[in-house]
Amino acid sequence: MQRRGGPSGRGPQRGGGGGGRMDIASLEYAAQLADEKAANAGGAARRLLAYLIPFRSKLGLILVMVLTSAASQAVGPALIGMATDRFIKPNGDVTGLALTMGGLALVYAVGFFAARSQIALMGEVGQRLLSSIRVDIFQKVQRLPLGFFDKNPAGDLMSRLLNDTEVIQTFVGQALVQVLGSVFSLVGIIVAMLIQSPLLALVSFSVIPIMLIMTRIFSLWARDAYRRTRETIGDVSANLQEEIAGIKVAQAFNRTQAGQQEFARRNALNRKATMSATAITSAFQPLVDVLGTLATAIVAGYGGYLALQGRVSVGVLVAFVAYVQNLFRPLQLLSTAWTQAQASLAASERIFELIDTPIDLQDAPNAQPLPAVNGSVSFENVSFAYDPAKPVLNNVSFTAEPGQTVAIVGPTGAGKTTVISLLARFYDVTAGTVRVDGHDLRTVTQASLRSQMGIVPQDSFLFAGTIADNIRYGRLDATDAEVEAAATAANAHEFIARTKDGYQSKIGERGSGLSQGQRQLIGIARAILAAPRILILDEATSSVDTRTEVLIQSALNTLLKGRTSFVIAHRLSTIRQADVILVLDAGQLIERGTHDELVALNGLYAELYRRQFRYAQN
Amino acid sequence: MKHLRRSLIFLRPNTLLMTGAIISLVAVLVSNLLSPQYLQRAIDDGISAGNQSAIMNAVIMLLLLALLRGVFSFAQTYLLERISQNVAFDMRNLLFNKLSDLSFSYHDQQQTGQLMTRVTSDVEVIRQFVGQGLLNLVAAVITVIGVIIVLVATNWQLAIVELLSIPIIFALIGFFISKVRPLFGVVQSRLGALNTILQENLAGIRVVRAFAREPYEQKRYLTMNEALMDVNITINKRSSVAFPLTFLTVNVATLLVVLVGGIKVINGTITVGTLVAFLSYLVVLIGPVFGIGFLATAIGRAAVSAERVFEVLDARNEVEEKPGARSLGQIRGDVEFRNVVFKFAGAEQQALDDVSLHVPSGHTVAIMGRTGSGKSSIINMIPRFYDPQSGQVLVDGIDVRDVTLDSLRGNIGMVLQDTVLFSGTIRDNIAYGRPEATPDEVVAAARAAQADEFIGGFPDGYDTLVGERGVGLSGGQKQRVAIARALLLNPRILILDDSTSAVDAETEYQIQQALDKLMRGRTSFVIAQRISTVRNADMIVLLDEGKIIATGTHDDLLRENALYGEIVDSQLRKDEPVAAAEEAN
Repeated sequence: MQRRGGPSGRGPQRGGGGGGRMDIASLEYAAQLADEKAANAGGAARRLLAYLIPFRSKLGLILVMVLTSAASQAVGPALIGMATDRFIKPNGDVTGLALTMGGLALVYAVGFFAARSQIALMGEVGQRLLSSIRVDIFQKVQRLPLGFFDKNPAGDLMSRLLNDTEVIQTFVGQALVQVLGSVFSLVGIIVAMLIQSPLLALVSFSVIPIMLIMTRIFSLWARDAYRRTRETIGDVSANLQEEIAGIKVAQAFNRTQAGQQEFARRNALNRKATMSATAITSAFQPLVDVLGTLATAIVAGYGGYLALQGRVSVGVLVAFVAYVQNLFRPLQLLSTAWTQAQASLAASERIFELIDTPIDLQDAPNAQPLPAVNGSVSFENVSFAYDPAKPVLNNVSFTAEPGQTVAIVGPTGAGKTTVISLLARFYDVTAGTVRVDGHDLRTVTQASLRSQMGIVPQDSFLFAGTIADNIRYGRLDATDAEVEAAATAANAHEFIARTKDGYQSKIGERGSGLSQGQRQLIGIARAILAAPRILILDEATSSVDTRTEVLIQSALNTLLKGRTSFVIAHRLSTIRQADVILVLDAGQLIERGTHDELVALNGLYAELYRRQFRYAQN
Repeated sequence: MKHLRRSLIFLRPNTLLMTGAIISLVAVLVSNLLSPQYLQRAIDDGISAGNQSAIMNAVIMLLLLALLRGVFSFAQTYLLERISQNVAFDMRNLLFNKLSDLSFSYHDQQQTGQLMTRVTSDVEVIRQFVGQGLLNLVAAVITVIGVIIVLVATNWQLAIVELLSIPIIFALIGFFISKVRPLFGVVQSRLGALNTILQENLAGIRVVRAFAREPYEQKRYLTMNEALMDVNITINKRSSVAFPLTFLTVNVATLLVVLVGGIKVINGTITVGTLVAFLSYLVVLIGPVFGIGFLATAIGRAAVSAERVFEVLDARNEVEEKPGARSLGQIRGDVEFRNVVFKFAGAEQQALDDVSLHVPSGHTVAIMGRTGSGKSSIINMIPRFYDPQSGQVLVDGIDVRDVTLDSLRGNIGMVLQDTVLFSGTIRDNIAYGRPEATPDEVVAAARAAQADEFIGGFPDGYDTLVGERGVGLSGGQKQRVAIARALLLNPRILILDDSTSAVDAETEYQIQQALDKLMRGRTSFVIAQRISTVRNADMIVLLDEGKIIATGTHDDLLRENALYGEIVDSQLRKDEPVAAAEEAN
């Protein structure tokens, strides 16, 4: 609804003059829309229209209102013209004038009512449409294959979605009805003019092509200029962001002055670019005004000449002056509408593309809920590849007994993460079978599988909300006492109790305000609360301060106890405690056994181990 | 409001432009006021009197006036934008300079996003208001007054009928502002909440799926989406009354002017031309009236932004150079703390409590202690990132507050806890502290920091772009670039804070080697993570709750201090492979 000012450089978001909203008929607005076309504009338009089907009857009503409103705009000046001719003259007819004005009041009242209903209805339709697009996007996001998120970083995806929905919102919520209104009032005005004086009407229309051509040319100029404005303000923001984030380093290295000069330079470039854009847009409106006066002058000059000859009345002249003034805004809107329509179709197309992304991982039609499991896990000849040419896992087989801790080790890119992703069924195997308690994962529902599985990722993702909310994410119906018990078991209670609001402390965006170690402890508490039979742990590589490290280790020991656990391990202590160590290399399972067995084997594990040892000895 | 008035100083350098804008504004006003007069002449002297040449004269005058208005309204718009851009330009530079000079204690309490908003959004609001809105407001007021004078002078009764619309429009705008604008805030916060949920479901998708929380997330999202839609529809309903109602007001004003004016024409009090001129003035009047209404309400928003901007500009810089501070010159690297007491702004406890310490040139000091014991505070006092509340920090016997910041920090190399690299090439980043360094020196520094090898692995080598638009370096690679950056300064004093985290064992080993090389022969302060560093240190300083509780060598402290034993114990556990490997051999 509201467009915020601010040089974000993203969308057409410059508020004008403090009014808050930008006039969507203005050159600036159209020029700031990204210059792009939908690959299949017709298809995108049909999809967008499909969203409107539930609102058929409302749309019908809107159409009636738009027509009524346009008609009232055409009739108004004609009534004033009529009054001028018949009644407004020395010794004219006061009663007749009063009656005509009564009629005019009625026309205005109808016009008000129509405009009001049309705005209210269309706004509502726009909002509901946008809301259902948002829901569709969200539901899709929840079902997209994880591979999609590897290819599309969350930040990019987010800003694209925000931008695209906003473009659609403006178009559907505001522009569409205005454009529709413009077409009808334009037609109404043109018809009214032609009826009253075809000759004068045609002569007056001569400015229309000039207006259209001029708008087109200015749009093209403005578009280039605004692209540069966007780029330069983007540079300013990027520089600002980086310098503020790195201010301590800049001060440590005596670079603040150089930083200030660089900022001033980019700032100046932005000012220069903005001024060239302004030169174009600020010339446009005066030109339109001059053109408007030219049209009025034509009406007055040629119309006056016709009036003297008695071929038109003074009343018609008065009406024409009003008509000509009302002609320009619809024309302007129509000429920028095309750009807007294209931008919003391109935006819709991208959104539909997301909605149409195939989901490769669905519950089988006859999928059964997985019953409560003991926690035995087996991989039988499992292979996996995102891309058939590049296998990631190749014929991996192993079995884990209930309660065992399995450490997975290997160099970067060996396929460690893939093994645990397949176990959680984030991906489906390309060949072979993954079984839990003998059930092929593909025959059970995903929800029932994952509800018996706990995952502690390297960097514990925290949601906006309180600390308690984040722990309770492991089991939504947990009581406060259970949340606290889980936090205590995870060695997190101590630091939580020390925060100002304890468990009710708000966590900032992505856990800001908490140290990395504290975030890990909350992630562990979350998994403890979920009390899963099978646990997957991607051990963090980053070192935290030594005390926290001890706390994390002991919390993890609590967590692993009695569960079938798979650990991508980086710490030797974890690895040595494991019941089985799986050594992966280039997608193959090449060694398995306990620490001592594998050291004795003197293979890859022994080599990895020695490398760690080499650093430690120095 | 005080702050808004203060922000007017940004207009001061623009006097010439403002004079130009005011001249243009007057020219536009004259044209606006004269045009309806010629329209009246065209009708009364031309059409009604049957005089063709009077019509033509009036029409030509109308066109000339339109051209005049066109040229000057272009000038007015352009000049106002220029002024407002100058205001924004100066304001942004001033803010940026202030921010980059403010000491750590200020930045500790601020978030990047918050500061960004001030330099971008707040400046934008003030730009629009001070740079454009204010002068437009003046122009609108003058235009309205001018039209009122002309109308009253022509026919005061009809003028009153026409001017009645002004208070009504103001009232409608007031209604709109009070009923609708507060809802915009609600929309922003609900939209923000909705987007946070979406963002979390994009960034945290693995967690959502791992815990099978899709239905829960969906419910959260749908609820917020519904709430957002509701408030948007409410806004729309209220606007749908407000806007057509203002148009209705204008239309009713037209109608009344035609009715009352028409009766006057019938009575012979005024001519048809005067009536048409009155209608024409109505058009001239409406734009500025709307402008005044909306601009008047923008004042509040601009005042808030001005306050936020001046909050930054007025922030006290805790660390400022003394007037007449001298340059430190080449130092030996002797560092002394004398009874230093330091407290973070807003903190209750002292971060450093009467710390005294002398480190002779060339010695390596390992600083140990629990989280929050004051380790970082100690090292931050040396480059004067903070000033102590009492006591002194001396370098080569000179109080750090008596020398210029540049000369002090130029002698100190730092590898900070979070390694920040800037957009640019790897070479730029290594030469960050000494941009004039030769390519050979850069390579030498990189080699010493064990970074040369991986840099050579990039297709563009040292010219590889890093940062926002460049390649992403791993944590360990970033750290080695940061070490090279510190090495290139060839500083006498070296400060290392927690400098190896987020790397695998192999990298850690390489970094360790680079650091050992870096410390050789310099006065070094290390917040130690590794037992090997501690063993090699000339002195270990053990901190607890801001106090130095023990100093000495590793063996001394191990014997004498229980806390040290506890810390080393947990440290040793991390280095377990040492013990394990020793047994194995």
